Amino acid sequence: MEVKDIKIKAFPAEEFKDNETLQLYIDELKREGGSVIVGKLDQLVNWGRANSLWPLAFATSCCGIEFMAAASAHYDLSRFGMEVTRNSPRQADVMVVAGTIVNKMAPLLRRVYDQMAEPKYVVAMGACAISGGPFVHSYNVVNGVDQLVPVDIYIPGCPPRPESLFYGLLQLQRKVKVERFFGHKRIKRNYRPETLVDPETGERIDPQIDFNTK
Amino acid sequence: MRDIRKMILVTAPDALIEERQKLTVTLRPEQLHRVMEELRRDETIPYDYLISLTGMDWGDTLGVIYQLSSSADLTREIIVITSTANRTDPLLYSVSDLYETAQLNEREVYALFGIRFINNPDMRRFLLNDQWKGFPFRKDYTHDPVVNPVTVISSDIVDIAPRIRETAGGDLVEESVAIFDEDDYIINIGPQHPSTHGVMHFRTTLDGEIVKKVDVHSGYIHRGIEKLCENMTYPQMLHLTDRLDYLSANINRHALCMCIEKAADIAVPARAQYIRTIMDELQRISSHLLAWAAHCNDLGGTTAFIYGMREREHILDIFDKTCGGRLIVNQNVVGGVMFDIYPDFQKDVKAFIPYMRRQLIEYDHFFSHNAIALGRLVDIGHLSREDAISYGVTGPAGRASGWSCDVRRYKPYALYDKVEFKEILRTDGDSYARYMNRLDEIAQSLHIIEQLIDRIPPGEVCTKVKPVIRLPEGQFFQSVETGKGEFGVFIESRGEKTPYRVKFRSPSLSAVSAIPLICKGSFLSDLIGIAGSMDFVIPDIDR
Repeated sequence: MEVKDIKIKAFPAEEFKDNETLQLYIDELKREGGSVIVGKLDQLVNWGRANSLWPLAFATSCCGIEFMAAASAHYDLSRFGMEVTRNSPRQADVMVVAGTIVNKMAPLLRRVYDQMAEPKYVVAMGACAISGGPFVHSYNVVNGVDQLVPVDIYIPGCPPRPESLFYGLLQLQRKVKVERFFGHKRIKRNYRPETLVDPETGERIDPQIDFNTK
Repeated sequence: MRDIRKMILVTAPDALIEERQKLTVTLRPEQLHRVMEELRRDETIPYDYLISLTGMDWGDTLGVIYQLSSSADLTREIIVITSTANRTDPLLYSVSDLYETAQLNEREVYALFGIRFINNPDMRRFLLNDQWKGFPFRKDYTHDPVVNPVTVISSDIVDIAPRIRETAGGDLVEESVAIFDEDDYIINIGPQHPSTHGVMHFRTTLDGEIVKKVDVHSGYIHRGIEKLCENMTYPQMLHLTDRLDYLSANINRHALCMCIEKAADIAVPARAQYIRTIMDELQRISSHLLAWAAHCNDLGGTTAFIYGMREREHILDIFDKTCGGRLIVNQNVVGGVMFDIYPDFQKDVKAFIPYMRRQLIEYDHFFSHNAIALGRLVDIGHLSREDAISYGVTGPAGRASGWSCDVRRYKPYALYDKVEFKEILRTDGDSYARYMNRLDEIAQSLHIIEQLIDRIPPGEVCTKVKPVIRLPEGQFFQSVETGKGEFGVFIESRGEKTPYRVKFRSPSLSAVSAIPLICKGSFLSDLIGIAGSMDFVIPDIDR
C-alpha cells in the first residue's frame, strides 16, 4: 500500500502534507508482512472504522468551543461521519483532548482513556494539549497530554480553527485506513510518560499497568 | 464620604485611611470583622457587595485586599486591607458570615497563599488538591515537579472540612466537620460531564430525586494565570486574559488594557474607542448566543443549539475578517487596537443587525414560549435580590433577580456614557428571567452598535506606546461588564516592568458559588438547567 492509495472521500491525497511520515509507517507495516486475504478484509473493516469515528470531546477550555462550532451547522462535522459525539468513553473511538490539562485533571484524563475500548485514538487539539501552550511555565499545567496518554494526531492552533480540526481528523482517518485490524498492527503513536511518578512513593509508574484496578 | 471615614475611625481609631485610586482603609486583623460589619450593616449606604477578595504576599506580611461596593450606589467603592506578619501559620478573620461570596474566595486564598480564616465554616483548599505541597502564589514558592509531580493515580476526595472556630471566650478551636451525612447518597456530576459547561465538579447528595446538597469542586483547569502574569511585562500579559472567559475574550482584554492605560496615563484615540465598544458588543452578543444555545441544549432543545451556533458564526466571520481570530480576538492592545477595521466592516455589521433581530423573534416563537421549556424554566432556581448581592452574582443573572448592577451604566468606560441603552431588569429571579434577560440584552447590544456604527471617526487606531511599560507604584482597579457579569482587574505595581500582583475578579465564580443555594430542593434534572441559566465559564472560575 502506498500513501496515494489511501482514499479519503473529502480530501484528495496530494493535498495532504507530511505524506512522508505516513509512508514510513506503511513501509514498517509492510516489512512485517501479511496475508492477502486478511489484507483485503482489513481494508473493508478500516473503511468502516475510518468513516465512523465517534469522538469523545474531552473539552476543558477554549478549544472545546471550537469543537462545538465544528460540530454545528456551519462547519458540520457529520460530513465525515464524526458527528456522534459520545459522552461515555465506552462508546467512543477517538478522544479529542481540547484544552489545557492540569495536574488535578491528569488522573481523570487517564481514567477516561483507560475506560475507552480498543482500538482507540487520541487527538491533541490546540497548543495546551500539545505542549502546555501559553501556560507552559505554570506550576499546575501538564506540558502535553502525550505524557499521560499516547497521542495519534496533534492539531496546532490556539484555538485551532474548525478547518484545522478537520484536517487533523482526516489525517486520523488516513492513519486508521493503513492499520492492520486483524493481527493488531497499530501504527506508531507518540507517548512520553517519563515524568509520571507515584506521588506517595516517588517511584516511576509503569504506563502499562491498568489504573482502574489499582 | 466623610461619614464613612468618621464611622471607621470610631470603630478602629488607628485605622489608616488614604485617598488612593479608591478610598483605602488599612486595618489590623482583629479590627477587620467589626469594621466590615459596620460597613455591611450601614443604614444609609450599606456596603453589601464584595466585589473581590484578593490574597496578597507583601514579602514580610501576608494579607487580603477587600474591594467593597454598595448595591444602592455602585459608584461608591472602598478598599479594605489587612495583613498579618505570621508567615508560618497566618490567621485572619473570615467575613463569610457577612458576604456569602467570601466563602469560596477565602478557600481559594488558603490554597494559594496558605492564609486560614477563623470562623469560615469550611476551610478546604479550593483550586488545588489536598495533597499539594506549598502555597504557589507566595513569593518564596519555587515550583519543583518532584515535590508536586504530574501523576495518573487518582486520589480519593475527602469530604471532611477542617475549620477554625473562635469560642465566646476568645479561644481558637480547630475542628473538622463532615460535609455530608454518613448515609448520604452522593452523585458526582463532572468533572468530565457534557452539561457542566466545562470541567466543573458538583458532588451532589440526593433525597430520591431531590437535590439535598451540592458541594462545588473546582480547579480542574486552574492554570495559575495570575501567577504567570507576575513574570510577564504588561503587553505580554494581554493574551492570557482572552483565555479566562473565552466567550468574552475581547471584553476581558479591554478591562486589562484600560487598567494599564489609566495607570500609565495613556490616551486612547477616539477611533479605537469606537472600535472597542462595537467589538465588545458583538462579543457580548456572541457570548449570549452561545449561552442561550447551550442552555437550550441542556434542556433538550438540540435544534436551538444549532440555531444559536449558526447566528454566532456571523459574528465570528466579522471578527475573522477584522483580525484573523475567531474565538480569541486578539485585537485590544495597550493604547488602542492592533488592527483597523476592514473596509466592509460597517456594511457587514449593518447587515447583521436586522438579521439578528429577525432571529430573535424566531427564538421567541419556537423556544421562549414553548410549554416544555416553560415547565423547566419558570419558578425554578429562584435567586432573591439579597442573595444575588451577597453572592456577588452580577450580569444577566444578577439583573434577573432585580439587582441593577450594569457596570456600563454605573461606571461607564469607553463610549458607554455616550450611547443610550436600557438596562434589562427582571424581578422574578428564576431560570426563565435569566434566560429572557440574555435575549433582551442581545437586542440592547444591537441598539448600541446601531448608534455607533455610522459615527466611527477617522484617525489613528493606536497611540504609540513603548514596548516596555512601567506603571507607577500603586494599586489599580478596573471593572467592565462582560457577558457573564462584572469582570474586574486589579494590578499592584511596584514601578517595575512586571506587575507585583494581578488579580482577576471572575463573574463566573460568583455564579457558581450560588449554585448550592438555588439548586437545593429542586430536581436533579433541573440542576443542569439551572446551571445552564447561570451561564458560567470554568476557566474564568479557576484562572
